[in-house]
Order: sequence, then structure tokens, then C-alpha cells
Amino acid sequence: MTYFGDVAALARKDLLLELRSRDTLPAMLLFVVSTLVVFHFALPADSSDVAAGGLLWVAIVFTALLGLTRAFAAEREQRLLDGLVLAPCDRSAIWLAKGASVMAFLLLAEAVALPAFALFFAPVDVTLVAAVLLADIGIAAVGTLLAAMAAASRARELLLPLLFLPLAIPVIVGGVGATVADEPARYLGFLALYDLLFAILSWASFEYVVTE
Amino acid sequence: MSLRNNRGVALASTAALLLLAGISLAFFWVPDDVDQGFSQRIFYIHVPVALTAYACFGWGAWKALRLLWTGEVRYDLESYTAVHMGVIFGILTLVTGSIWARISWGVWWSWGERQLVLFLVLFLFYSAYFMLRYSTEPGPRRERMSAVYALFGVVLIPVSFLAIRLAEGFIHPTVFTRDGPQMAGSMFFVFCVCFAGTLALAGALYANELLGKRVDASLRELEEARA
Repeated sequence: MTYFGDVAALARKDLLLELRSRDTLPAMLLFVVSTLVVFHFALPADSSDVAAGGLLWVAIVFTALLGLTRAFAAEREQRLLDGLVLAPCDRSAIWLAKGASVMAFLLLAEAVALPAFALFFAPVDVTLVAAVLLADIGIAAVGTLLAAMAAASRARELLLPLLFLPLAIPVIVGGVGATVADEPARYLGFLALYDLLFAILSWASFEYVVTE
Repeated sequence: MSLRNNRGVALASTAALLLLAGISLAFFWVPDDVDQGFSQRIFYIHVPVALTAYACFGWGAWKALRLLWTGEVRYDLESYTAVHMGVIFGILTLVTGSIWARISWGVWWSWGERQLVLFLVLFLFYSAYFMLRYSTEPGPRRERMSAVYALFGVVLIPVSFLAIRLAEGFIHPTVFTRDGPQMAGSMFFVFCVCFAGTLALAGALYANELLGKRVDASLRELEEARA
């Protein structure tokens, strides 16, 4: 099989698993809407759209975190990761496939979150959608690698947010900048740079994280 | 493996000499800063400590890269010790920076001070490094995971710096620009002495800590062999 054939097969496995068990996605959808409702009550009545735009990014990052905590749950519970690592495919294909499925869940969650945000808080424009898409790539790339690390530790769910949030700060900066600034282009560029750098780094280093 | 600590002693003496000289020069020889007066002298501690922290993180990442490249186990301890030193100097940077902010602007914390915000992010990032190490079973997988995380750190430093620069105004005085340092020759000289001093101090602490950890590991091996 080719590299991308492996990736497609592995990603298909994740999506099929989710389709049958429905463990992660409903939780993410419910979580992101609940978060937005909580934010409505957390914001003062006369606060600006700018504050709401910032909170949208908090909601996105935390929803992604929720999905990432579950990303390697099936592999861990069924002790599947050793089998995957032994499979005759490049290890980075596992990362790419897992990242793709994480990104698919995140996109679906945002397909609910952005209309809900537009309904509750402020209108959503093309720039915001572009920023969200760019941020998703970075979040999925870095998050998948860190989720694999956290899955190997004793602390697991506890550890992932600690590993992930410092690395997510640049994503938040880029995303919020693109949402509220007058010239969003440089922030979008920054998000693209982040994606590129960390995707290459995660792609290259995933093998070291999963092999015993 | 030699358990003699000659290099550590040499580095420690150098550090003591240079830091003593640097601090004396900073207090008694260098002229006052035109804008900030006497309080600007904390610059001779704060900035060298910050740069030393970067050097430690960089050194840790280099050792991490060597670990992934060669697979030699000793690099794990070296990388870990370097990151450990980096975190200590990072905390010192946060403390001295906070004191400087208090004197200059009357507040203990300013989100406008890029370097301080960056060190806060790095502090959080590298604290998670310790969490990762302590919650994973020792072994080759932990070594490689730590190494990968340490490598992420050196990429995060410039990316975060850029992010903070994009996010914030420009309150922080820019001393080093593309035209070279914007300060008098005497100030730059004292700064260099202090920087060499803190680097030597970090080197001495690193050598000492590494030796201690190695002795600890050999001791444990001996005890296991005896039991």
C-alpha cells in the first residue's frame, strides 16, 4: 500500500469506530454549545463583540482538548497501539490518520459552534472561518502528538491539558488577532506558519513517541 | 565515567569571579542610565539570566536531538539537567523582571513586557515537561518522549515570541536592535562580564547536578545488584 493508502485506511478505521460507538463527537458538540451558553452568563451584559470573539477561541481550544483526550482511548483500552506500531507502514502515517480524524471531529464541532456563536453573540465572517480552519490544522497536528505522549503516561487525561495549553497559546493569539484586528492578514499568516512548523516537527517525531 | 568534578569546580570559581566582578562594576563603575537612573542596573542581572535560560533550553534541545539521533542513553540525563537549569534561570528571570517592572512602572506584572510574558509561557511549558517525566515509567520511551518535548520547546520559543509581539503593544524598551546594541561601550562591557558569569554559573550548576544524578544512578544500580 502506498503511504496515503495507509493513512486513508487508518483514518477510516477511526471514523468507523466513532460512527459505531458515538463516544466522542456528541460529547464535543454538547460541550461546545454548553461552553458558549456559560460564556453568555460569564460576560457582562454590556460587553463588546471583541470579548465574545476571544471567548469563542477559548471554546474551540477546550473542545479540541476534549476530543484529543479521547483520541487514543480506543487504542489504549484495547491495547491496539503496539499492533499499529508493528504494522508494516510508516509510523508517521498513524499520526497523519489520527490527526485527520481529530480534525474531522473538530470541524464538525465547529460546524455547530460557529452558527451558534453567530446566533448568540456576533456575526461570523470569512476571515474568522479561515482562521478557524488554519487553527484546526495546528491544533490537530500538535494535539495528536501530545495525546500519544499523554496516553503513554500514568496521568493521561490530567497531563494532556498541561502539555497542550502552552503550545496552544500562539494559536489563540493568531486566532483572536484574526477575529478582532483591523488587518487580519498577518495573523492568518502567523497561523499558517505555526501549522507548517509544528506539523513538520510532529510528523518527524511521532515515531519516537509511539515506539517502545 | 569519572566522578571527579574538576570541570565543575573550575566553572564554579570562574562564575564566582566573573559575577563578583560584574556586580561590582555594575554598582560602582558604570554610569547611571539617562532615563531610568540607578534602578536600570538590574538590567545587568535580569538580561544575562534570561539569556542564560535560553542557552540552557537550547543546550537541552541539542542533547535531546543527539539522543534521538544516536540513541545513547546518557543524553537523556544531560538534556533533562539542562532543561532543569533552564527552568531555574527562567524563574529567576521572572522574579528579577517583576522587580524591574515594579520599579520602572509601579506594577509587579505587565502584560506589555514581552520578555516576561514569554518566560511565563515557557515556564508553564517546561513545568509540563517535568509532569511528563514524572508520570511516565522510566525507559527508552520516556527518554524519547522527553527529547521530543524538549525539541518542541526550542521551536515554541521563537513562535511564542512572535505571537506575543503580534499580540501586544510596544511598552518594552528595545535595547538590542538590528543596528547592534543601543548602549554605551562601558555598559556593554559590564553586560558581557555579567553574561559570561551567569553562563559559567549555569555550567557549574549543570556539571554538579549531572554528577549528582549520575552518582545517584550508579548507587541505585549497585544496590539493586546487592539485593
